[in-house]
Amino acid sequence: MTDASLAYGHVDPHHLRGLQDSALGHEGPASKRIVTGFGFWIFLLSDIVMFSCFFAAFAVLHRQTAGGPSGAELFDLGSVAAETAFLLLSSFACGLASIAADVRSARWYQTAMAVTGVLGLCFLALEAREFASLVARGAGPTRSAFLSAFFTLVGCHGLHVSAGILWLLTMMAQVYAKGFRADIQRRLLCFALFWHALDIIWVAIFSMVYLLGSAV
Amino acid sequence: MSEQLGEMHGHHDVAPGDEEEVRIAPRLLGYLTGLGLSILLTATSFFIAGTDLVWQPSIPVALTVLAIAQMGVHLVFFLHITTGPDNTNNVLALAFGLLIVFLVIGGSLWIMSNMNRNMMPMEQIMQMQH
Repeated sequence: MTDASLAYGHVDPHHLRGLQDSALGHEGPASKRIVTGFGFWIFLLSDIVMFSCFFAAFAVLHRQTAGGPSGAELFDLGSVAAETAFLLLSSFACGLASIAADVRSARWYQTAMAVTGVLGLCFLALEAREFASLVARGAGPTRSAFLSAFFTLVGCHGLHVSAGILWLLTMMAQVYAKGFRADIQRRLLCFALFWHALDIIWVAIFSMVYLLGSAV
Repeated sequence: MSEQLGEMHGHHDVAPGDEEEVRIAPRLLGYLTGLGLSILLTATSFFIAGTDLVWQPSIPVALTVLAIAQMGVHLVFFLHITTGPDNTNNVLALAFGLLIVFLVIGGSLWIMSNMNRNMMPMEQIMQMQH
């Protein structure tokens, strides 16, 4: 398997030689990989729209502390920086897994996916520790509108990461059991999209919730 | 058959997440570039949030700009969303999603700040009910 023979390799993406054929107009349906990927892309965008509602709620409520602690008193930026590093490196490792899957190297794929999963688990462990310490200090989600919005937004992202890790383990098992079949490759494409999108949402969370919440 | 035809004429779309590039080394370099830029932007964000060196009222704007830049880096280097003709559908879907995101967040902030400014304080409303 040379890497030039991938299913989605392109002959002439910018239509430079296709002008005389353009009158034909019949392209037929797109390949299954494009349809699946695009459909999942739409789902991800709707997921991001859902997150934007939580972001809007947080932005509106972040000063409503009801006499309780504010973000500047609660957030531990060192822990947030470590979470950010874990998730970013996890996203990078997921990219390496995509390359390994495309050249059908099972060993590199399983290694990169394992690294992705371990880094994701480190992120979740730090987040769980942070939530536990907040609740222990009497700053649980019931304390104020600010904390309700905070736990909803960050907790929802954490739930997505947890679901992503379950999906990741499933994909490792499926490649182990079934190999790099076309349908498995499509699921891998969707998983990689999902994992990278979670990192994009985390960028918004650490900038807008943690850094801005500590600065103001 | 239809796929072969499409390939012959060069009318092809790319699934979101897929790259034009199929060689390993350039793809690796792309992910490494994305990682490097992300680390740079993240470090700048954390530095700016904790420093006294910059004019304080500019910090929220700077953090917003850095966050948007980093999301752009992720979209280009990790999700491989490009401006090429084979990516038009992906970009249009993204643009529509962003429109909704800005309407929801911007609209909420606008309406709520307006209400904060124009509504009677809560204590007075409570007094009027008695």
